Amino acid sequence: MSERPLLNSTGHSTGVTEWEGTVQELQGLVSPRALTGETMLLNMGPQHPSTHGVLRLLLELDGETVVSCIPDVGYLHTGIEKSMESKTYEQAITMTDRMDYLNPMGNNLVYCLAIEKIAELDVPERAQIVRVLLAELTRINSHLVWLGTHCLDMGAMSVFLYAMREREMILDIFEMVSGQRMMSTYFRPGGLWRDVPAEFIPAVKAFMDYFPAKIEEYETLLVNNPLWIDRTQGIGVITPEDALAYGCTGPTLRGSGVNWDIRKAMPYMGYETYQFDVPLGEHGDVYDRFYIRMKELYQSVRIINQALARLEKAPAAFRSNNRKYVPPPRSELGRSMEAVIHHFKLWTEGFSLPEGEVYVSIESPRGELSCFLSSDGGNRPHRVHFRTPSYVHTMGAIPKMAKDGMLADLVGIIGSVDIVLGDCDR
Amino acid sequence: MGVAGKLGNLGVVTTTLEAAINWGRTKSMWPMLFGLACCAIEMMSTQASVYDLSRFGMELMRPSPRQSDLMIVAGRVTRKMAPVLRQLYDQMPDPKYVISMGDCASCGGIFNNYAIVQGVDEIVPVDVYVAGCPPRPEQLIHGIMTLHEKIKTQRIADWA
Repeated sequence: MSERPLLNSTGHSTGVTEWEGTVQELQGLVSPRALTGETMLLNMGPQHPSTHGVLRLLLELDGETVVSCIPDVGYLHTGIEKSMESKTYEQAITMTDRMDYLNPMGNNLVYCLAIEKIAELDVPERAQIVRVLLAELTRINSHLVWLGTHCLDMGAMSVFLYAMREREMILDIFEMVSGQRMMSTYFRPGGLWRDVPAEFIPAVKAFMDYFPAKIEEYETLLVNNPLWIDRTQGIGVITPEDALAYGCTGPTLRGSGVNWDIRKAMPYMGYETYQFDVPLGEHGDVYDRFYIRMKELYQSVRIINQALARLEKAPAAFRSNNRKYVPPPRSELGRSMEAVIHHFKLWTEGFSLPEGEVYVSIESPRGELSCFLSSDGGNRPHRVHFRTPSYVHTMGAIPKMAKDGMLADLVGIIGSVDIVLGDCDR
Repeated sequence: MGVAGKLGNLGVVTTTLEAAINWGRTKSMWPMLFGLACCAIEMMSTQASVYDLSRFGMELMRPSPRQSDLMIVAGRVTRKMAPVLRQLYDQMPDPKYVISMGDCASCGGIFNNYAIVQGVDEIVPVDVYVAGCPPRPEQLIHGIMTLHEKIKTQRIADWA
């Protein structure tokens, strides 16, 4: 392998180097037949419209059959985990938004849960309800983008336009609460950044009245559509045993019929008090993974309706009163010297967490999203690591599903697993 | 009779060749279907129903660089992705334009670390920078309109 500096248009080095390799270096990754030219090596990505970002797959093809599929990740490696070590705990929340950019609230949530667990910080009831509500709205948001792009990959254009139309309404709600459409950074350790505005509940209610009919509309277009069924049923099958062995979680695992949902198995934020079902597939193919995501949309609507009813009766406190971690409200600053000191300390050096390590998991739209947080007693994370579903699915499940399938089905398989490369590479 | 008769003599419109070419370039500019990170989702929103980029004749995203006129660098460019991005740019036919969408592509954004190229202008020439993390679809549309304005001032004499 040789290294070559990348020059810019004026002939100066850009500090970026290109690597040049030979096919011999693939020995051990591909079958010996590929090195003799008997099978064909095909590069897919990183710029490919159906890889949902910058995934690169090296495919070994025998005719149209995929002999092996080698994922090459890291084209979106952002160094988020390392950058978080140089930020205070509260500053680092902004980084988590940008990991899985279709699930920003979920990323905030898992990171805040880790801080709250290590600090034994309480979260008021109102904040818990709003967190559940927004996490489920984020799930709908993520599933809508998945639905749109998955259908686009499979050649159904109109579903994309419908799904994006509904998604804008959710983004309007996010903007209402946090001021930002996507990167909300709304969840903070001990609760929320601020209380939800007065127009929040009517807006969510209006969306809840509007949305279920739209899910039915998507289902009318797809569920019994013979073209869709031909393209998805029996494709990319993964058995329950294999799915477990390859570390699949979320809809990818439940599509194979394994009942595993972190919201039920290890409830957080009071999920155990909500009534909802976990849709399960049977065959573990692309269609089943599609179908249970559609059913999950209905379950999210159910959870949001319950959360709305609770939110109307919930007490007003939206953030913990533990002044070691949560800055005092503005109104206290004029009255209390202690509040001024806390305010100054928290906004200059941030809070310090007790020494220790925690690991928490949540159910993200894609599967099990976990945060490992190690604290050395300082005001910055000693080490943060995220166990992200996209990475596990890209490295394990996609090559397994693609093997011995057809090349044209690979696009459907990638879409059905719903990877987000920001989540994968971080 | 006919439209011409009703509306008067519309048979001749005089313009300059420059203006006609530049007008043509702005009205059917095909962007490359090339998303990197979070901004790509907002780029999709811009294309989709609510913001509807087809109002500007730009709804057709080409997955191949050989067919596209505009590269919207939507997202953070990593050091691993940078050579790929440069190759894509080199494969685009002239005239070609680049919009750097979002803070990460423009200057590295919040990621000042070992992995991210601090601005895509280190690798390819950029015509318009769009700020925001991620920029709203309106901001991207504004960036595109700014690029259109820029193209309208181009002179044939400056063609290399």
